[in-house]
Amino acid sequence: MTFRKIDLVSRQNWQSLYNGEIIHILVGTATCGRAAGSMAVLEAIRREIAGLEGKARVSEVGCMGLCSYEPLVVIVKPGDFSVCYHHVTPLIVPQLVEGYVKGDDPCLDLALGTVAGGGDEAVYIPELDLFKHQARVLLRNCGYNSPLEIDHYIACGGYRGLSSTLEMKPAQIIRKLEKSGLRGRGGAGFPTATKWAACSQTKGKTKYVICNADEGDPGAFMDRVLLESDPHAVIEGLIIAGYTVGAGQGYIYVREEYPLAIERLEMALKQAKEKGLLGRKILGLGFSFKIEIIKGAGAFVSGEETAMIAAIEGRRSWPEHRPPYPAEAGLWGKPTLVNNVKTLAYVPLIIQNGSDWFAGIGTGNSPGTALFALAGKLENTGLAEVPMGTSLRTLVYDIGGGIKKGGRFKAVQIGGPSGGCLPEGLLDTPIDFDSLKGAGAIMGSGGVIVMDEDNCVVDTARFFIDFSRQESCGKCTHCRIGAHHLFSILDDVTKGKGSLKSLEALQALAEDIREGSLCGLGKMATNPALTTLRYFRAEYESHVLEQRCPARVCKELTAYYILPDKCYKGCDHCVLACPAEAVFSDEQGLKVVDQVKCTKCGSCELVCPAEYNAVIRLSPVSLVPENRRTKPQTPVKEP
Amino acid sequence: MKDGLSVILKKYGKDKSQLVSILQDIQAEYNYLPREALEKLSKKMDIPQSHVYSMATFFRAFSLNKRGKHIVNVCLGTACHVRGGELILESLERQLGVGRGQTTPDLKFTLESVNCMGCCATGPVVKIGEEYFGHMTNDKVEPMLKKYRE
Repeated sequence: MTFRKIDLVSRQNWQSLYNGEIIHILVGTATCGRAAGSMAVLEAIRREIAGLEGKARVSEVGCMGLCSYEPLVVIVKPGDFSVCYHHVTPLIVPQLVEGYVKGDDPCLDLALGTVAGGGDEAVYIPELDLFKHQARVLLRNCGYNSPLEIDHYIACGGYRGLSSTLEMKPAQIIRKLEKSGLRGRGGAGFPTATKWAACSQTKGKTKYVICNADEGDPGAFMDRVLLESDPHAVIEGLIIAGYTVGAGQGYIYVREEYPLAIERLEMALKQAKEKGLLGRKILGLGFSFKIEIIKGAGAFVSGEETAMIAAIEGRRSWPEHRPPYPAEAGLWGKPTLVNNVKTLAYVPLIIQNGSDWFAGIGTGNSPGTALFALAGKLENTGLAEVPMGTSLRTLVYDIGGGIKKGGRFKAVQIGGPSGGCLPEGLLDTPIDFDSLKGAGAIMGSGGVIVMDEDNCVVDTARFFIDFSRQESCGKCTHCRIGAHHLFSILDDVTKGKGSLKSLEALQALAEDIREGSLCGLGKMATNPALTTLRYFRAEYESHVLEQRCPARVCKELTAYYILPDKCYKGCDHCVLACPAEAVFSDEQGLKVVDQVKCTKCGSCELVCPAEYNAVIRLSPVSLVPENRRTKPQTPVKEP
Repeated sequence: MKDGLSVILKKYGKDKSQLVSILQDIQAEYNYLPREALEKLSKKMDIPQSHVYSMATFFRAFSLNKRGKHIVNVCLGTACHVRGGELILESLERQLGVGRGQTTPDLKFTLESVNCMGCCATGPVVKIGEEYFGHMTNDKVEPMLKKYRE
């Protein structure tokens, strides 16, 4: 079938859905939605609209990126507003169905806003601060189109890039990419066209292309969202890559921790094959291409391209020396192109909309958009896609909505375990590959974790080094053993055991690890420690010199204390909640934490009723008044 | 145990490059990697036992020990960490009476941790089997487990 026919059929199917009389209910069921309970909501909607066949229809969609508002439901009503409801529970589903599906009340009090129509009556979501600063290129379909139906993707312009590609020569495609200035979104920002050209020019009958979906950063989830919400964009990009470099086989290497992404990819591949967009003689032309999904088995290092190749070959994920680069000798020694999920997803759009369109977004050296996973102490957590060059401040305050519960901003950790921790003074840094590198962070995976005054930067550095130490593949001594020592120094600091000398050792060791490691993961594993030491030295010093953790996070340096003047003697919440039986009553019935027994789990602080708010954390622990530290020994009665 | 394993081995033939997938299939079948299965795999596919063992211990997803009926997975990714994921892990350790990576004696629960499940915005997150629990706090731990205890 020609692409024109495929396109026509898809459009007809799409129009019959959206131009008819049918009310369309969209439920976001990506993993983040599921964690918030969207499957129960979906079930409730199905129950409520049973019997309304021909009038209402429910579809599963991916993630809009508004994770903190999940579960999200959008009701698209022909000739009326399209309303987006947030924090939907099965209990309010009947009200929504009665109100807006069966009736004409859009239930705006339960809505986040409208996505179409509404005028003065309701908030128009694309105009919210949260959306206004974004440029949704990769996210354009996420949360609106069903990832389970290829027709939706095609009707919205999908696979048109592939169709044009097959009429072009590989050199033309590479020129187009070069002109667009696209840089790899895996973290390092290597020019994509250069990589493709190298692989395309290497002679060889058998070549491979690999989509790197082993999202290793423990705080980033954009690749997951793209695969779950718009899998065809990635597949289309991979097919174009295969055609350009002359490969007949593609692999998508996905983390096993993303079962839903794998499920949706499998379905998308099947649908693409059925349409003749994948497999033998794509669109009836000469090019044949197969795609296989490979599931990762839980190793961070597999995200490094040579290590990934080793895993696909059935070996341990150990990075190799480069050169030779995979483009010359990769999988099974054959020329191999490895690209990140996001990089591939841009390609069909660049083919379709032109290089100038892409180069016009973002900055000169870093064109296009940047996709970030916002997490941590923000009002709005989720995904955000902004033009490159946007400042971190816009990302944190306008899109992220500022610090949760009115807290104070302390630091932003950007780029995951290989990235850096930046202070408030650097919030005006524009987001692009080069500016971030200059500040000591990297674009990396795009994980953005915002910390407030209640987060300890030493603890955060310790956390990342602990991660890198556990995930070190063990090949290079500097990374394998160095990271262990780095961890033990940081661990000592968090326990108040270090000295100023530890900080010097930390610096020196971190620099050695950077020099002595083979792959990027080892080289950059020290970034969190180096940047926190550079920008937050005072906080390190208060740990080692005063045994004080300013954020009151480091357990050994922090004590839970119940303020006697706020505690109410008739209340027993903390006593009951304490798993260590460390809370006791004094002679007046006021509660005291036994510092010897306390395991510092925080249960007492969590359960203390808001009207008393009596539990506080103190650091250093010597601040706890001496007479309220342990339970007085009951004198043994003389017989 | 024989049948499931034979089916898996047959599916992959002699393709040694598929070792990771084979181990994943074996683990899906038995919930862990039984020693006998690995020995048989090594023999049938002509892969040295040392290599099979090295692969099974390199990747975090594999377990050489029997695992419980319900796998309780605590996310300790960055976002969950800054929101107190460790406290949830400790609370689970207390409730289940086992440490991280261990299985309860009645083979009901295995407590594991993972470096990010990709639902960072709803952290701290715990996953039991296929079910996700977001925005966890210490006091939600016991009610969450209750359903699985029966």
